[in-house]
Amino acid sequence: MSLATLDLPARPIGLRGRLSDLLVRRGGLLTLLLLLPPLLWLGLVYLGSLFVFLGQSIFSIDEFSGTIVREPTFATLIELFRPANYDIVLRTVAIATAVTVLCAIIAFPIAYYAARHAGPRAKAAFYLAVMMPLWSSYLVKVYGWKLLLAKEGAIGWFAGRLGLTGALEAWLALPVVGGPSLSVSYTGMVLTFTYLWLPFMILPVQAALERVPGSLIEAAGDLGASPAKVFRTVILPLALPGVVAGAIFTFSLTLGDYIVPQIIGTSALVLGQAVYTLQGTAGNIPLAAAFSLVPILVMAAFLAIARRTGAFDAM
Amino acid sequence: MTRASLPLKIAALGGLAFLHIPLLFILLYCFTTEERSYAFPPPGFTLKWFAVVWSRADIWAAIGLSLKVALVATLLALVFGTLAAGALARARFFGREPISLLFVLPIALPGIVTGIALRQAFGLMEIPFSFWTIVIGHATFCIVVVYNNAVARLRRLSPSLIEASMDLGADAFTTFRLVVLPNVGTALLAGGMLAFALSFDEVIVTTFTAGQQSTLPIWMLSELIRPRQRPVTNVVAVLVIIVTFLPILAAYYLTREGEAVAGSGK
Amino acid sequence: MHASPPPSATAVRFAGVARHFGRVRAVDGVDLSIAPGEFFAMLGPSGSGKTTCLRLIAGFEQPDAGHIEIFGETVEGLPPYRRAVNTVFQDYALFPHLSVGDNVAYGLKVRGVGRAEREKLAREALAMVKLAGMETRRPAQLSGGQRQRVALARALVVRPKVLLLDEPLGALDLKLREEMQAELKSLQRALGLTFVFVTHDQSEALSMADRVAVFNEGRIAQVGAPEEVYERPATAFVAHFVGSANVLSREQAAALGGRAVASSLRPERIAIGDFGAPIGEGIAPVEARVIDISYQGAVRRVSALSDFGMSVTVSVPADAGGRLSPGDVVRLLIPRAALQPMEGEG
Repeated sequence: MSLATLDLPARPIGLRGRLSDLLVRRGGLLTLLLLLPPLLWLGLVYLGSLFVFLGQSIFSIDEFSGTIVREPTFATLIELFRPANYDIVLRTVAIATAVTVLCAIIAFPIAYYAARHAGPRAKAAFYLAVMMPLWSSYLVKVYGWKLLLAKEGAIGWFAGRLGLTGALEAWLALPVVGGPSLSVSYTGMVLTFTYLWLPFMILPVQAALERVPGSLIEAAGDLGASPAKVFRTVILPLALPGVVAGAIFTFSLTLGDYIVPQIIGTSALVLGQAVYTLQGTAGNIPLAAAFSLVPILVMAAFLAIARRTGAFDAM
Repeated sequence: MTRASLPLKIAALGGLAFLHIPLLFILLYCFTTEERSYAFPPPGFTLKWFAVVWSRADIWAAIGLSLKVALVATLLALVFGTLAAGALARARFFGREPISLLFVLPIALPGIVTGIALRQAFGLMEIPFSFWTIVIGHATFCIVVVYNNAVARLRRLSPSLIEASMDLGADAFTTFRLVVLPNVGTALLAGGMLAFALSFDEVIVTTFTAGQQSTLPIWMLSELIRPRQRPVTNVVAVLVIIVTFLPILAAYYLTREGEAVAGSGK
Repeated sequence: MHASPPPSATAVRFAGVARHFGRVRAVDGVDLSIAPGEFFAMLGPSGSGKTTCLRLIAGFEQPDAGHIEIFGETVEGLPPYRRAVNTVFQDYALFPHLSVGDNVAYGLKVRGVGRAEREKLAREALAMVKLAGMETRRPAQLSGGQRQRVALARALVVRPKVLLLDEPLGALDLKLREEMQAELKSLQRALGLTFVFVTHDQSEALSMADRVAVFNEGRIAQVGAPEEVYERPATAFVAHFVGSANVLSREQAAALGGRAVASSLRPERIAIGDFGAPIGEGIAPVEARVIDISYQGAVRRVSALSDFGMSVTVSVPADAGGRLSPGDVVRLLIPRAALQPMEGEG
């Protein structure tokens, strides 16, 4: 057994070699060099802008001239609690809650089927079927619902064919959820939001359900629990972190949206619209900043609670 | 695996149908002869709207701008996202958690906050709206998509592969070129495709950073608020679906195959 | 012919080498000298510092203190790619995106060897590890044993002065492991290379190595030939870790008529005798009660407690121990010469 000798001329260590040596010897330097450009970008461009904008919530606006008074004050933040503004916040949180609950109800069977009953091929198909709408254009999806919900649109037509026109009109006649047509009602708005964010609920719930060992469900069944009881006492608690993880998305996305209410919805403002009008036509940047703090704070509170349920493992 | 009960099957398939049916209606309305309302069923069918779109210069300009923005924003996101992933995938240091949170923040916060904040900053620094102001906004939230893909792949990459390469005589740069890049390449490509799709149809941040310029989603938004020829919007919507569908599908297959390759080292 | 190392007394030399990770002293003042052409084993439990020492030689770690030489050349601060050593990794670390042939040729490629030349050398190296004709396969298509051979060929093809092996046989099953042990040993002899290998398996270290360093808590507890480490453990740790010897206190050693120092006593040196039989020269008879017996194939291990409170393990031929049962009182015959004073203990 033998190996031929390897005669290679020793190559001089050039600038590149010395740089490589330095990076290998000092791993921290490499990390720093890699991190610096993206950190500068996000830290300066993004965080900087964010602080400048949100920081203006402690300024106020001069009622007469409409200019910003650059003196620290709590007046603007307190203004959020004026009934008209407070209503906007409550209305938006209520819509977000309704959307989240609807998403959870529709998402659960899909996630459960994909996690526990689908074979590898069906699972891949399910995944794609959820991913495609998730990534397809937001505006296109909103547009799809505008088509469906329009007075002369498909939902109304199908309701007529099925003899449900009366039921639809009765629903639209209801005080809060109703309106002149589905496309200018809270019902339409909530449906559209539910549609938009549904994939964000399905994926984490499915991930959580996939972590429930099948033996656990069988064991509960062996111990004499009825399917309904197994579902309530075993499956639901174990799926909860996934639902909470999904709710983080559905809740936060609804809180910040202003386009759906603009296209499908009533004339009453939601948070996103309020921010939009305040920074635009009203020119009241301090109040816009104060309003922007609301979804951020609501989400921070939500995240703090979610952390306890283990929702982050399900994302 | 057990057989699903019938109600479960119906609920699951019904849910999936709910996800896809609105998209089918958009396709259907491309062919309607009714241009002033969303009347259902369509009174008649025609192909003329495709020809109308073809001849509309404003739509082509918007498509061109959107493609250019998506391309440049994706390239920036690829560079920054890859660098960030390289730094954070394995390193443990003080401040690592807040930094990784920072990369996720642009999609975690409502787009309207990001949009207004950037607009304010541009105003403050007296930067006029331009192609680049749109790109800056898009790159900011696209970084996270590339970052997530790259970090996941880098964490699966056995660290001994890099050591083996250096052990065999390759310096840091050669190791990156011959070992790291081939193993994370598909993940970067997938991340880039998703970033492209995300940028191509972004509307909220763009509203605040575009000024008078019209990207395709901005054009669509104005059509949604003040509809003119409604089927034209449908044709454009289908176009958008196709342009975003292809890269997403490609990204899906790239990461699936990539997993098989990266996992085989062990 | 093979790469002839330059005339140097030592292949690898450590002087006072230390490497800390935060507060953990992974390697804590190690002195070491490995001779050219030696098959050297670093043995120890996980976390004992043996792997860190290997990584210090390879250049994946740099020492916080001390001095490292490879064939007389100071290597502190040198990155892995400037050292004439190569490593066979525990997980083999084959490049998943390259074919077997390209894996083996990788080191040649980055050194600028031409395509035809490196393909020829890679073919030869694969033939040497009995994998001729596997060039076009992917690592994923190989068995664990075959991957191990590819890793070996990839490291050897660039002619290292020292070959480092990190738990090279850990992932293989027993049968394959024995086969590879013999093969590695013959390969090392044929090439005349210095092999340094890390293992936590004492029988592997004893059967393959010319010399063994036993690591404990970042330090070397003992270095020596396998027989030396086994027969004359320097510390209680070595006695326990290598072949699980009995460790006797100075009082117990004195009670057996030995020197009054802590001593080790191999289980197989103790015999069980009949009570009536005469006692030979230099043998200490001890009366003990059998606590437990475990059957281990060729031998039975009997644990017993002597009348003066000394607990020992005795290894006897399986058939001889068959008559015993727990509770029996037996006479242990302990040769005084089998008592090994442990200088390392206070």
